[in-house]
Amino acid sequence: MYHSFDAVIVGAGGAGLRAALELGPVGSVAVLSKLYPTRSHTGAAQGGIGAALGNVEEDLWEWHAFDTVKGGDYLVDQDAAEIMAQEAIETVYELEHWGLPFDRTPDGRIAQRPFGGHTHHFGQGPVRRSCYAADRTGHMILQTLYQQCVRHNVRFFDEYHVLDLLIHDGAACGVIAYQIATGEIHTFRAKAVLFATGGMGRMFKITSNAHALTGDGPAIALRRGVPLEDMEFFQFHPTGIYKMGILITEAVRGEGGVLLNGEGERFMERYSPTLLDLAPRDIISRAIYLEVQAGRGIDGKDYVHLDASHLGRKAVEAKLPDIADFCRTYLGIDPAVEPMPVQPTAHYAMGGIPTDTDGRVVVDDKNTPLPGFYAAGECACVSVHGANRLGTNSLVDLVVFGRRAGRDMARYIREHDFVPLPADPTCEACDEIDRLLYGDGDESVADIRRELQEVMMDKVGVFRIEAQMQAAVDKICELQERYRRVSIQDRGKRFNTDLLEAIELGYLLDLAQVTAESALARRESRGAHSREDFPERDDENWLKHTLAYRTEKGIELKYKPVTITRFEPKPRTY
Amino acid sequence: MQVTLRIRRFNPETDAKAYWQEYQVEVEPTDRLLDALNQIKWYQDGTLTFRRSCAHGICGSDAMTINHVNRLACKALMQDLGKKVTVEPLRGFPVIKDLVVDMEPFFEKYRSVKPYFITYDPDPPVERYQSMEERARFDDTTKCILCGACTGSCPSFWGNPDYIGPAAIVQAHRFIFDSRDQGANERLAILNDRNGVWRCRTIFNCVGACPREIDVTRAIGEVKKLLLFNRMV
Repeated sequence: MYHSFDAVIVGAGGAGLRAALELGPVGSVAVLSKLYPTRSHTGAAQGGIGAALGNVEEDLWEWHAFDTVKGGDYLVDQDAAEIMAQEAIETVYELEHWGLPFDRTPDGRIAQRPFGGHTHHFGQGPVRRSCYAADRTGHMILQTLYQQCVRHNVRFFDEYHVLDLLIHDGAACGVIAYQIATGEIHTFRAKAVLFATGGMGRMFKITSNAHALTGDGPAIALRRGVPLEDMEFFQFHPTGIYKMGILITEAVRGEGGVLLNGEGERFMERYSPTLLDLAPRDIISRAIYLEVQAGRGIDGKDYVHLDASHLGRKAVEAKLPDIADFCRTYLGIDPAVEPMPVQPTAHYAMGGIPTDTDGRVVVDDKNTPLPGFYAAGECACVSVHGANRLGTNSLVDLVVFGRRAGRDMARYIREHDFVPLPADPTCEACDEIDRLLYGDGDESVADIRRELQEVMMDKVGVFRIEAQMQAAVDKICELQERYRRVSIQDRGKRFNTDLLEAIELGYLLDLAQVTAESALARRESRGAHSREDFPERDDENWLKHTLAYRTEKGIELKYKPVTITRFEPKPRTY
Repeated sequence: MQVTLRIRRFNPETDAKAYWQEYQVEVEPTDRLLDALNQIKWYQDGTLTFRRSCAHGICGSDAMTINHVNRLACKALMQDLGKKVTVEPLRGFPVIKDLVVDMEPFFEKYRSVKPYFITYDPDPPVERYQSMEERARFDDTTKCILCGACTGSCPSFWGNPDYIGPAAIVQAHRFIFDSRDQGANERLAILNDRNGVWRCRTIFNCVGACPREIDVTRAIGEVKKLLLFNRMV
């Protein structure tokens, strides 16, 4: 089936919905999502959205910008961080004006609490910057944005799985999508296309990410010749539920919770004397690994305790009700009484599709845009998170850059006409579907995926070393080879999730390859990329973004400079 | 431990009618039912079809009827379900395939209650103020994840698919009782209908079904009371 819209948005999480609200009044817009929009993983974000409102103590957007840059270990593009920290304030007010039910201060303003790496006076001590709605802030943002889209009659194509990006004469001109309920292939012609497809955490074994987070947008862009930026930087959140990976928000520590090792010691005192348990996530995840390595995990095992029992039942139930529910449901423990067993969990891709600060996808070291193609949210790399994202900044990123991308797309669709579609636009997607549907090889999707997740967790995780990463690259290559021989059992057209899982595995394999190869090449330690064989940050050689291209010869790596405005790189201590 | 999953299956492409299929699975007691379903799909029968995403009770994808109660498969632990577990699609919803139901009629009812913030005053330059008590007034109904477990558990809905259903009323409640919102009368007019709140017979199935522990029947009752005794102006 054929459709034509001024703009097509792929993904209905925070970034996609926020962009859609800018485009509705200007032109026709379609939002495609492989899930119902309210199932998007923005809804799983818990602790808050950072903005220097200064509602409970003095705060300045410049401090927020500085924290973002330092948190990202100076790989952040500082012009983008400044825009984000400034516009965070008005976008939070905008969400409130759309009815978002923030928690309140006693005088009725939006409540704010401390979060990891957020400080006053450029690093002097923690500041209360995270605007929150209990531990359900992402849920409230997703619901609020979806409600506004309903109000403004945004056109949704729910449960449509994107398969391809159409580019003709050097400009984006549409997408190909698979309607899950019917198996029908749809061509969406558009003047402008936004990818807002979210994360790719399912390449790791232990992850906080939903099953759906398979990096569809970045993988499709990569296959169409767009580079991926800084893919070696993948954040491990320090507090995932032991073995399950389910996120336990940093807000537990923002509210006063502490990390304890097997000896009952508050070990962050040794790693981060100023910010303690509110140090950035990369630092705490490494600390947990080192404690476990030194035999100081709980009962000698590979986890530590997150203790909130001293906060009292009232605070736990009021400020962290969902966390309490997860603990009761999955662990059978009551966090108001007992500590929670936690270990680092693969959480967030700092890297992704390179964009400028208007969400325009840029394809080289000169930041040359690919006309008509946009990206926003976790699948994009602006880069505001650099080598390590601060907590709350993902939600800020979604609304600030979702909005900016939507506004620039509105301009673009006014100024440009449709580009002709390539001849036979669906052929490559259809070939791929047919290959997977009717393949008769002897390989299974589940086996390859499990092996991929294990190798990425073991060898491209919190700590990295040359030989291990090389082994991971080799293993991924083998898995890609085996993937050509997968066969699936469900060959029907109707709601074929067997087929979708096979498609998604293909995306994960490509992204894992880029992640591992980008990591192998970067011979330094910076933010979430921590190498045992190169333990120091090396600004002289490595203060630059990676751009990974997929070519016939394999992954080709190029680099582009980091934008520095007002914060000179300094050693990063907390 | 070994368990038997007895699953209601139906693929309109190939099946004349729905049937039961049994699978044996080896699970940990603390595994989620979703883990068991994934095990079947990944290692036994790739055609078994269900929705899932977040796997920890936040996204609302995997509401289904588990041992005759509506729950999320990712919030039901195997140790609580017994050795033989019965799994069916949500009742009252058209089946697309196996455990996947058509959510479109459900979302249509959701959209009908104006589930969005309505104000007629200009926005202030900063946030609207709201006291902690005013915020707490509607907290319970902000938790809804639109999974459909409540509506699919409601005998009034089974008997009359035109009933707007508990989930849509919960969504309306979230705004009606928000001190900042000015659209209460518009929503009350929609709900003051034979197929609106008055179709609720206070059976309380919805309360037991809600994975977010929303007191759904209470919320519906509050809307009814407002209509009867205290119409907002």
